[in-house]
Amino acid sequence: MQTNEGPAAGAGLPALDDLAPDLSCAFYRDMLTARLLDTEAIALQRQGVFPAYVSLRGQEAAQVGSAAALDRERDFVFPTYREMAVALTLGVDMVGYLASHRALWHGGLYDPMASRFGAVNAVVGGPVPHAVGWAMGERLAGRRGCAISYFGDGASSEGDVHEAMNLAGVFHVPVVFFCQNNQWALSVPNERQIAGGSVAARAAGYGMPGTAVDGNDAAAVYRATREALERARSGGGPTLIEAVTYRVEPHSTSDDTTRYRKAAEERAWRERDPITRLRAAMRAAGHAGDGFFERAEREARATAEQVRDGVSAAPEPAGEDLFGYVYREPTGELARQRRVWQEEVLP
Amino acid sequence: MTGVTVEQERAAAVPAGPGTTELSMREAVNRALHTVLGEDPTTLVFGEDVGRLGGVFRVTDGLQRAYGEDRVFDTPIAESGIIGVAVGLAMNGFRPIPELQFDGFCYPAVDQIVSQMARMHYRTRGTAAMPITVRLPSFGGIQAPEHHGESLEALFAHVPGLKVAAPSTPDDAYHLLLQSVRADDPVVYMEPKARYWERGPVALEENRATPIGSSRIARHGRHATLIAWGAMVQRCLQVAELAAEDGVELEVLDLRWLKPIDADGLVSSVARTRRAVVVHEAPLTAGLGAEVSALITERAFRDLAAPVQRVTGFDVCYPAGPSNRSTCPRSTASCSRCNGRWSSDDHGPTHLRTARPR
Repeated sequence: MQTNEGPAAGAGLPALDDLAPDLSCAFYRDMLTARLLDTEAIALQRQGVFPAYVSLRGQEAAQVGSAAALDRERDFVFPTYREMAVALTLGVDMVGYLASHRALWHGGLYDPMASRFGAVNAVVGGPVPHAVGWAMGERLAGRRGCAISYFGDGASSEGDVHEAMNLAGVFHVPVVFFCQNNQWALSVPNERQIAGGSVAARAAGYGMPGTAVDGNDAAAVYRATREALERARSGGGPTLIEAVTYRVEPHSTSDDTTRYRKAAEERAWRERDPITRLRAAMRAAGHAGDGFFERAEREARATAEQVRDGVSAAPEPAGEDLFGYVYREPTGELARQRRVWQEEVLP
Repeated sequence: MTGVTVEQERAAAVPAGPGTTELSMREAVNRALHTVLGEDPTTLVFGEDVGRLGGVFRVTDGLQRAYGEDRVFDTPIAESGIIGVAVGLAMNGFRPIPELQFDGFCYPAVDQIVSQMARMHYRTRGTAAMPITVRLPSFGGIQAPEHHGESLEALFAHVPGLKVAAPSTPDDAYHLLLQSVRADDPVVYMEPKARYWERGPVALEENRATPIGSSRIARHGRHATLIAWGAMVQRCLQVAELAAEDGVELEVLDLRWLKPIDADGLVSSVARTRRAVVVHEAPLTAGLGAEVSALITERAFRDLAAPVQRVTGFDVCYPAGPSNRSTCPRSTASCSRCNGRWSSDDHGPTHLRTARPR
């Protein structure tokens, strides 16, 4: 199971042989919708609607392929902040999701508990041990859900990720650690981030299977995640998946990649675009033809525009919410400060 | 101020007698954990050495035997992971009671406490409750190596989303812990380890209705109020005893909750005594004494006959064993000096400044 030799470099066509056409079509629709929504989001930042945005362009296969393997009724996702396509695949309210990027509410305005997709979290390693705790609880309660933790190559350097994986190994809990290695942690490349060169290889140290997959191949990612979830659900404990992909856009709309990487590298990865590759594979396998792709494009565009308009027009939460959610049982002092705010700031 | 009635309620210290059991604070905390583990199947106790060993202070002794390894369990040495796991468990419907073995070793967990546990309810707009009680053996006085005796109340009290408790008696250790665990907000529960072995009556059966954030008058007096929490309450009571020999009647107010702070309780006491001294083990600068002092000054300025004083630790790293006694102004002498000046000379300020730690 240990495949440390490094994944394929995102070339060639995804193998779809064992996938039902329905599934590859669903991958395609979600990946394309995420792509168009991502493009709209960048435009919203340019127009001043979003103060900043973090693009996931190029990582659609890693996100959609893994999320498609989840059981939406039972599993729970612990994201950080670049998991928009995971949210989309799981049916999270996307206006509420993008509200986080419009800075309406840090964690987003969707319901994380009902969506089974945790609040947007800016601390890259922080939510990883939460997935372990959730999975522990799932086992204690005798339920069969699995937790999946999304994090990046940069987060893999965080102490919390080590602690979380060690805890998961010791307690043998149903959790999948899903690392999207997009090769750049802001401006720092893998070789300055990952000693030994492989996140997946670290799994051995925690007594769990680790596998590196081509993160630009939705089918390969789906298969690896499905296998990890099946193992976790049947009591086989945690798995670490490293989906090797590439962040073709800057880290955020405030970033400038010309200061740290070559345009040729970005171009080479744009040519390994996961959506283009999936489309070619679907055609080759006879999963879909022009009619499907045209319809998918129309529908994805309509969804992206609808979400774009929705998030642009979304009302700001009441200012009072600042005070309303600090505690479940508010303190007298906070109630006093709320009155001060009402009297002095609100007018 | 509704002084009198509130005051009487606050003064309801537990007298020994029928309905009480004589316990050490360590035993009282243990009994509280038994109570919550028994009443609520979602409660879980975990941390370093809390299971088979029963904790380095034996506070969790017998819990694993009674409630099983699923609900009372040892973790690897991973303070951040312990709190991170607690957050995840809370998101899955549990009521975790993690222990961080010593105050000085909680720093690796501060990110999870501040960035995650304290904010998750807010971040999720109230959809994810965080009913987590972090037990944190705290404060000095046990002659242990470095990092085994710190006073971090100001650090935690500063964080929106957290509540902070520090009991001083076995009875409060029992009841404040029940309150903390049953509350739906995260609480940092600071147990004064120097008091773990001190015994006192505990009303185990009583269903205490005092709200989170209420203080307690540990001793009544009329010349000045000493305000303290944790192990310093006992020290202040000793000071009051000594002062009484000189005819000075000191009131001792046990704050108990360091967030929220019982501002009404402070004001009500100071309105009668007209003088206040805050006593804490933590360093002076930006310590919780500054907050208490500011609250009193803002709300009871006209009642004050002298500026509020702080008798605190110095702004130094926590001293090693032998120098502990000489440099840590937890001494009875410091408190007495401060109050002695007042009682002998009401021109106060000039003299008082000399008594203040510098």
